[in-house]
Formats: sequence, C-alpha cells, structure tokens
Amino acid sequence: MYDPTVARLTYRALLGRRRALILGALPLLLLVIAVAVRALTGADDQTAADVLGGFALATMVPIIGVIAGTGAIGPEIDDGSVVYLLSKPVKRPTIIFTKLTVAIAVTMVFSALPTLLAGLILNGNGQQVAVAYTVAALVASIAYAALFLLLGTVSRHAVVFGLVYALVWEALFGTLVPGARTLSVQQWSLAVAQDIAGGDLVTSDVGLTTATVLLVLVTVLATWYAGQKLRTLTLAGEE
Amino acid sequence: MTTLSIDHVSRWFGNVVAVNDITMTIGPGVTGLLGPNGAGKSTLINMMGGFLAPSTGTVTLDGQPVWRNEDIYRHIGIVPEREAMYDFLTGKEFVVANAELHGLGAKAAQRALATVEMEYAQDRKIATYSKGMRQRVKMASALVHDPSLLLLDEPFNGMDPRQRMQLMDLLRRMGDEGRTVLFSSHILEEVEQLAWHIEVIVAGRHAASGDFRRIRRLMTDRPHRYLVRSSDDRALAAALIADPSTSGIEVDHAEGALRVQAVDFARFTALLPKVARDHGIRLLTVSPSDESLESVFSYLVAA
Repeated sequence: MYDPTVARLTYRALLGRRRALILGALPLLLLVIAVAVRALTGADDQTAADVLGGFALATMVPIIGVIAGTGAIGPEIDDGSVVYLLSKPVKRPTIIFTKLTVAIAVTMVFSALPTLLAGLILNGNGQQVAVAYTVAALVASIAYAALFLLLGTVSRHAVVFGLVYALVWEALFGTLVPGARTLSVQQWSLAVAQDIAGGDLVTSDVGLTTATVLLVLVTVLATWYAGQKLRTLTLAGEE
Repeated sequence: MTTLSIDHVSRWFGNVVAVNDITMTIGPGVTGLLGPNGAGKSTLINMMGGFLAPSTGTVTLDGQPVWRNEDIYRHIGIVPEREAMYDFLTGKEFVVANAELHGLGAKAAQRALATVEMEYAQDRKIATYSKGMRQRVKMASALVHDPSLLLLDEPFNGMDPRQRMQLMDLLRRMGDEGRTVLFSSHILEEVEQLAWHIEVIVAGRHAASGDFRRIRRLMTDRPHRYLVRSSDDRALAAALIADPSTSGIEVDHAEGALRVQAVDFARFTALLPKVARDHGIRLLTVSPSDESLESVFSYLVAA
C-alpha cells in the first residue's frame, strides 16, 4: 500500500524551496505571536487557549493542510508529470495512500509541532492546553490532508477551493454559525481536545463519539474516492 | 511479438468527435502516425497508452485491455508530448525513480541512460536541460524496463537536426530489435525517413494506411495548384495547356497571374522552365498555392 519511490518524489515536490517557505511562514508567525503575547501579558491559560484555538487550529492547521494536501498531487496532475507515475505497474490506491501519508506527515510537522511549541511558550502547558491543542492539530491534520488530497485529485482549482473552505467555512462559519460547526473538521478535532484539557478552556459543539465517527468516515471516504478518481484520471491531450 | 489492436475506437468530448471509428493494428517495427495538428493523434495515443477511455470500441495489447489495467505497463514504454517531468530532480534521479516504480534498480536506470547517451549530463537538474536532452531522458525513462511496445507523442517537436537524427537512429534500432514502436508526427518527411509503415489520421478519421511509398504517391499524384507570373502569361498558358501534365489554367486578371492546375507533379515541374525558355518567356513568380499540409491531407481523405 506504500511505495517509497512515490513518497520520495512527493516529499521532494512538497518541500521544494518555494513551497517550504510558504509552509514555514505560518508556524513562524504563530511562534512570534506566542512570544509577543507571553511577553506582554504573562502566562495565562485563557489567553493561551484563545491564541491556539483562534489562530493555530482555526487558521494555521487548515491552511497548512490545503498546501500539503493539494500540493501532494495537484501540481503533478496539472502539468501532466503524473503520467510518469500512472504509466507504471503500481496500483492507483497505492499512489493515493502513499501521497496521503506524506501529506499527513508534512501537515503534522508544520502544524502540530509549532502548536505544541507555541502552547509551551504561552503558558507552559498549564491545564494541558498545549497538549490538548496539539492532539487536536494532529487529528485535524489527518482529516484535512485526506480532504484536500481528494480536492487536488478532482479539481484544477484545488488550492482556491481549499482556501475558501479553510478560511470561510472553518474560520468564519465554523466559529460563528452554530449549524456549520457540526460539519467542521475543526470542531471534530476540538471534541478530542476537550477530553484532554482541564476545565472548560477547550469546548466543542460536537460530542466525542460523533466527532470520532465523522473524522474516520471523512478520511476513509475521501481517500477511497481519490483512489477511484485516479484510476479513471483522464490526461487531457494537447488538442 | 507485440501487437496493439485498435478496434472500432471512437472518442468524443461533449459534441466534438476527436476520434471517429478507427480500426488499426500496430505490429513490430516502426509505425508513424501521421496527421495535421488537431487531427486526433494525441487523443488516439492517449487511448493506446491507457490514459483515456474510448467512448466506444476497444484498445488491446496482445489481447489484454489497456484501459484500467496497470499491469499492462510492464510491456509499454511511454514518451509523452508534454514537457513537465519533475524538474527538481537530476536526470539520473528521474530515471532511477522510473526504474524503481517498475521494481527495478539503479542498474537498469544506468543502462537506459547509456542507451540514450545522457550519462554525461545525468547529474544535472532536469530544469537545466535543453529540449533535446529532456526528450532523451524521457526516452530513458520509457526504456528502463525494456518494453516491447514504445509509444511516442510528437517526439521530434522542437529538436534540432542533430538531436532529431540521433533519436531517429535510436528508434530505428528499437524497431530492428523487434519492438513495436509507434510515434506521431505532423511532418511527412519525418515519418517518411523513419517509419516502415504509416497510418494517416485526418479530422479524427483513419485516412490511409500502408507503406510510405503508397502514401507518398497518393500525396504527390493529387492535382497541384500553382500561381505563375511571367513576361507573357497568355503565351505561357497556351504552351502549358498543350501538355497532358496540365489539366487547367485560369487567367486571373485581378492578380495579374495564371492559376495553373497540374496533374502530374514531376512532369509539370520539369516542363514549366523548359516551355518558358523555348518561348522566350521570363518566369517572374512560381508559387504553389495549396501546399499547406491541410490541403494535402484533405486530398488524402477524399482519395
């Protein structure tokens, strides 16, 4: 199910100079904010939860997910170089599963790790806030990577759609409109985080069971469908 | 013996028919797929390579379906027309990756790089390669698993004459070794120099099939139209129409020229200067008015 060559090509494409800079920019911003907030207000559990929930989980994780998820396959389909993968006796689901693994790993490294560091800087993991949000980021990384990998397989405008979803749906509706929250990767991952953090610093609109079921369902379905799409992917001719 | 069979294959995109009920069999040796731009060559090659489903009909390789059959790629090598090819890798890294995807190692990659004579630049990034170098590395990636069928889409596009000759030699060698090699081109001379067998596609239809001499004759025997200006158009017209190689002449007053239709190309081109000299007429302009590839091909379709 996992092909090391496909993985190597995907890592090199994702971590090429320009994309790596974009991937690194948001985590760096998060760390700068964390240092500034800590210096200005001192260690405060509520502030830490606000920064990690409002910026890290609501904005940074989905954007990193968009870049890594769509970037793991979209550009290859766009420029046609995916033909070198498809013209090999390698099962299509293997290609998708491998690319998903890489996208998840990259999203985790560039979103969960900085979240943990920022949490430690903000309040030294008081009330388990840092760990709770890190786990949320890890869980969200999996679902986002799968969703955006599928998007990269089906649409040429995957990055735009992905960003609209991440910024408008997750960051805006996800925090403002109650109904939208139930269908938000962010809320599902918060349900997992809620279980870890003390007090009511981390809350979710979705129960843990529902959230877990939805997370697994979305990840599995998106991955399966991306594999199917790749099996019948039509490489547009020049004509 | 590897035989690619295309059986009553059509492909349409919405209302546009790109390939229209084509049946052909491609056997060992070098076959040229000839047709003007937009004739449906790439669509056909994409279906042969398993990257596009035929709307109707089937494409099989020795009886095995090509569409949705990953295992078929153990026998097929593909050189796509598009340029994109992991520019961030070196030539060697690229060919090694292609070998690994076939379950082969660096040795197979090295052999393929040697075959296309690209060892000298194998450690440079593909991004720095010229068009011809890219084409050769693409060839190496297609040859790495020693396939019995090689599909090349417009392989000579943008290559300089020397690179073109090298690639032709290589393809000729592949054909001599008994591989089935199919390449597409819109340039008759390219196909004529290389192919043992030619398939002509025009406007999505299979226009002609056979060895290049037959196709060439079909192409040269068609009526040729020329625009001729001379010091005495009417005297020239009278002398030309007396010969059976000319089937019609029109005096075009607006252009101040003769429009000549010739039926025997070779005889007419020898006749014209001779007649002019014999009658003391100076030829000012002789230009073929329908030499465009389109008109050549559309004649073939009608034939």
